[in-house]
Amino acid sequence: MECVIGVVGRDFAVVAADTSAVQSILVHKTDEDKVMVLDSHKLMGASGEPGDRVQFTEFIQKNLHLYQFRNNIPLSTAATANFTRGELATALRKNPYYVNVLLAGYDSDVGASLYYIDYIATFHKIEKGAFGYGSYFCLSLMDKLYRPDMSVEEAVDLVDKCIKEIRLRLVVAPQNFIIKIVDKEGAREYARRAYTDSPPEAATSEAATVAA
Amino acid sequence: MKLDVSAMENNFAAHAAGGEDDGGLFGAGADLPAMELPTCPADFDGFQKETKEMLKHKKGTTTLAFIFDKGVIVAADSRASMGGYISSQTVRKIIEINPYMLGTMAGGAADCQFWHRNLGIKCRLHELANKRRISIAGASKLLANILYSYRGMGLSIGTMIAGWDEKGPGLYYVDSEGARLMGSRFSVGSGSLYAYGILDEGYRYVMPVEEAAELARRAIYQATFRDGASGGCVSVYHVGPNGWTKLSGDDVGELHYKYYPVEAIPVEQEMADAPAA
Repeated sequence: MECVIGVVGRDFAVVAADTSAVQSILVHKTDEDKVMVLDSHKLMGASGEPGDRVQFTEFIQKNLHLYQFRNNIPLSTAATANFTRGELATALRKNPYYVNVLLAGYDSDVGASLYYIDYIATFHKIEKGAFGYGSYFCLSLMDKLYRPDMSVEEAVDLVDKCIKEIRLRLVVAPQNFIIKIVDKEGAREYARRAYTDSPPEAATSEAATVAA
Repeated sequence: MKLDVSAMENNFAAHAAGGEDDGGLFGAGADLPAMELPTCPADFDGFQKETKEMLKHKKGTTTLAFIFDKGVIVAADSRASMGGYISSQTVRKIIEINPYMLGTMAGGAADCQFWHRNLGIKCRLHELANKRRISIAGASKLLANILYSYRGMGLSIGTMIAGWDEKGPGLYYVDSEGARLMGSRFSVGSGSLYAYGILDEGYRYVMPVEEAAELARRAIYQATFRDGASGGCVSVYHVGPNGWTKLSGDDVGELHYKYYPVEAIPVEQEMADAPAA
């Protein structure tokens, strides 16, 4: 099941998410990018119904671009978060978007920041957070291991520990993850964590001989 | 000021009473229902919800498509069922949108046919307006946006849009829940789980067209073997740089005897001739 994780470090933020597109018991694909690069310095990790997730994140992205074209200045991360929350709140009483969002961004004046916005338009500015079934395993880990002055390597290491725990304890753990970071250099993909565990060659050949 | 609402009043009875006939259609009491109306249950459009639940997951079909080095292979069975009843064994579930693009059909047959034809129109108009063919990404997004706008209103569609555009082969999965996924290998329908088993095991990116077609055919065949709602014939299409071609259409019954020929069982004991009477 879906997992989205976010951490703010010293002067950067990390957003990680699983890359599975699932429908009931079937995995449609394992390389679906759920962390959208909204503009040069913003990331949006989203989980929720597949249709809503894509439509909503694209809607936010396009509106940010429109704002930038009109005013020649990008929207700040805080403003984007408030805009996103506003859209979810208006939709909530009409036809809700079932989307939960972790919004990370870097602004030259305030540095890196992370916002938690869920489908019922709850809004929090946070330092670390997670959505989905994975969050039950990650949040405690992050509460224990998080420090506000983490380096990129330390933060990614923390995310890796979360992914490891999810794979160990979550029944319906997704196979692959994507990790993106945003800092003063911009928003970009940092790494992917693929689950590789092919059966040992010896065991299969042994089984084959036994069968033969 | 008083609003004149006389036009809204029913004057038929007065006119008819003045005439020779005794009222009849316009007579007194004509505004009352002629028959007793059935009593209405509390949630009278609850059936809509039921219908939606019925349609969900009832994609009695198997379709698949995958991208490989020589293009896209699209394959499907041909059975249409209405619950337990097989209503047709000769349905064309692969819809030819234009010479370079195919759509597959799972879910409501009418929904799929209608919206694929609608997509075909939109694609042709795009072609006329822009003097170039629409991309597979663009076409699938047109369809996905329409389906997203009708989401929750009872449409049931699970489709793959496959074809060849300026960027090469393209494959998208689009459904009536609003999802649109790009991928290299999809299967849709109630038999898709069985088809995936064969497809995932035999898939390689580099392979000859014949082998790819055989993989698709075998995957659909195995799905029809296990899934009661799939059957009939297996159609296989290939889309290359010059558009699609239909490669084959085989009855699954005949395929079965091709894959599993009947072996002659040696007769252990010849029956003795009956003694002459």
